[in-house]
Amino acid sequence: MPGAFEGETVTRRRFMGAVTHSAGGIAAAAFALPALGFAIGPLFSREPFNWQPIGYPDDFTEDQYSTKVITIVQGIGDAGNSIAYVRKRDPAIDKGKPNAYNHFVALSSRCMHLGCPVRYVPAAQRFICPCHGGVYDFTGQVVGGPPVRPLDHFFTRVHNGLVEIGPRYSVNFQLQEFSPRDPAQPLNGIGQYLYPKRFDTSILPKGSGKTP
Amino acid sequence: MPNLPAPPIPKILQPKPKRPGNGSTATPIEVAADTGISAVDWIDERTSLSGGVRWMLFRKVPKGINWFYTLGSATMFAFLNQAVTGVFLAMYYRPDASGGAYESVRYITDDVFLGQLVRSMHKWGASVMIILIFLHMGRVFFFGAYKYPRELTWVIGVVLLILTLAMGFTGYLLPFDQQSYWATIVGVNINGTGPFLGPYLSDFLRGGPEFGATTLSRFYAIHMMLIPGLIAALIGAHLYLIMKLGISAPPWLQGNSGNDEEVPDPELNSTVEV
Repeated sequence: MPGAFEGETVTRRRFMGAVTHSAGGIAAAAFALPALGFAIGPLFSREPFNWQPIGYPDDFTEDQYSTKVITIVQGIGDAGNSIAYVRKRDPAIDKGKPNAYNHFVALSSRCMHLGCPVRYVPAAQRFICPCHGGVYDFTGQVVGGPPVRPLDHFFTRVHNGLVEIGPRYSVNFQLQEFSPRDPAQPLNGIGQYLYPKRFDTSILPKGSGKTP
Repeated sequence: MPNLPAPPIPKILQPKPKRPGNGSTATPIEVAADTGISAVDWIDERTSLSGGVRWMLFRKVPKGINWFYTLGSATMFAFLNQAVTGVFLAMYYRPDASGGAYESVRYITDDVFLGQLVRSMHKWGASVMIILIFLHMGRVFFFGAYKYPRELTWVIGVVLLILTLAMGFTGYLLPFDQQSYWATIVGVNINGTGPFLGPYLSDFLRGGPEFGATTLSRFYAIHMMLIPGLIAALIGAHLYLIMKLGISAPPWLQGNSGNDEEVPDPELNSTVEV
């Protein structure tokens, strides 16, 4: 090393340079790391989901859907509301094992093509999406248009005599349950690996038989 | 700095020779002109900016230049329009997801003096800028003006295109009416279809797994501060490279070797000074 004495490994110049660089790095990190955390923090947030009461058990029937307004994000008024289509479970068409969370079937109104709100048409017993023409049948299965999987469901329970609606979960064409994904992400085959589940955003009910 | 010739000044603006006698016979216009010139001289003596300004303004351009070459400046003018109208809109806009955003935009449109004009200039100016930026990109591509030594200029231009599209996407949400809300939901879900990283990109844009209270504020900060800063810096770099490397000739006027130097042999006298 130029300027070094015999046996010297670090010159005073290099040491001074290294100390100054680390001090600068620490100063930069002191304001950059909190800013970075602030920007990406919401990605890792986990919030418990609030069960929302939506009516009495007698308000719902097996053959028609009731439209209920639910709040999916608190605190922003109307922008945080969505619609759930709720009916009683019908053993003739709901073939899965009955448990505490599916006495009532609640479907999300978000179309699984790109997220527009679907409308239930009672005369045709179909859900129609106005954006790109997606059509779902009475069970939420896709019967036409571009959606890539059936409508999402919500867990439901009966608590203190009221029907309550809980976290959302996604299904694929075989009606296998998955943790909630965004619209437009298919879940058949390798879909569940291509679009991995995000960090849990809600404390899901125990014993709900869940959900990769 | 190169020794550039003084620009030709029209006769009517050339300084008149001083009249004989003392200087008290100067006309008011001459006095005002002298004051202005001495003010500019005062600044120039301390900054030496006049050399740089001459370098920028008195550049040579090749023969065959046509109106297509104005598209780049037109795009920058559209961006400046967006910046200025955006500043005035920002003085009244409230990024409040629980109804204040829509109400503030309604207030701008209905109650603020010339609010409807400024908001419309901003909204239509956005479409104008997108159209002009694509036309400019097409002009550069079809004229081969991205070739050596202008590859870096082209790359910076592509980044500017992407940033402009991102400005359109984030700005679209800000009025926060039904069209904005659902268009953003659809746009973020389209982002989510990319394998593996798509869902995380959606979460990053929305600030969480659902469209929530922070999403509007996030889009507002990105639209107002993050991307305009990047665009301004990159426009500066883009313009510096253009001025340094010169304007390229149209492809039908380039030599057999494809050489498109903007200052061919001076003896041939085929350069036009602007």
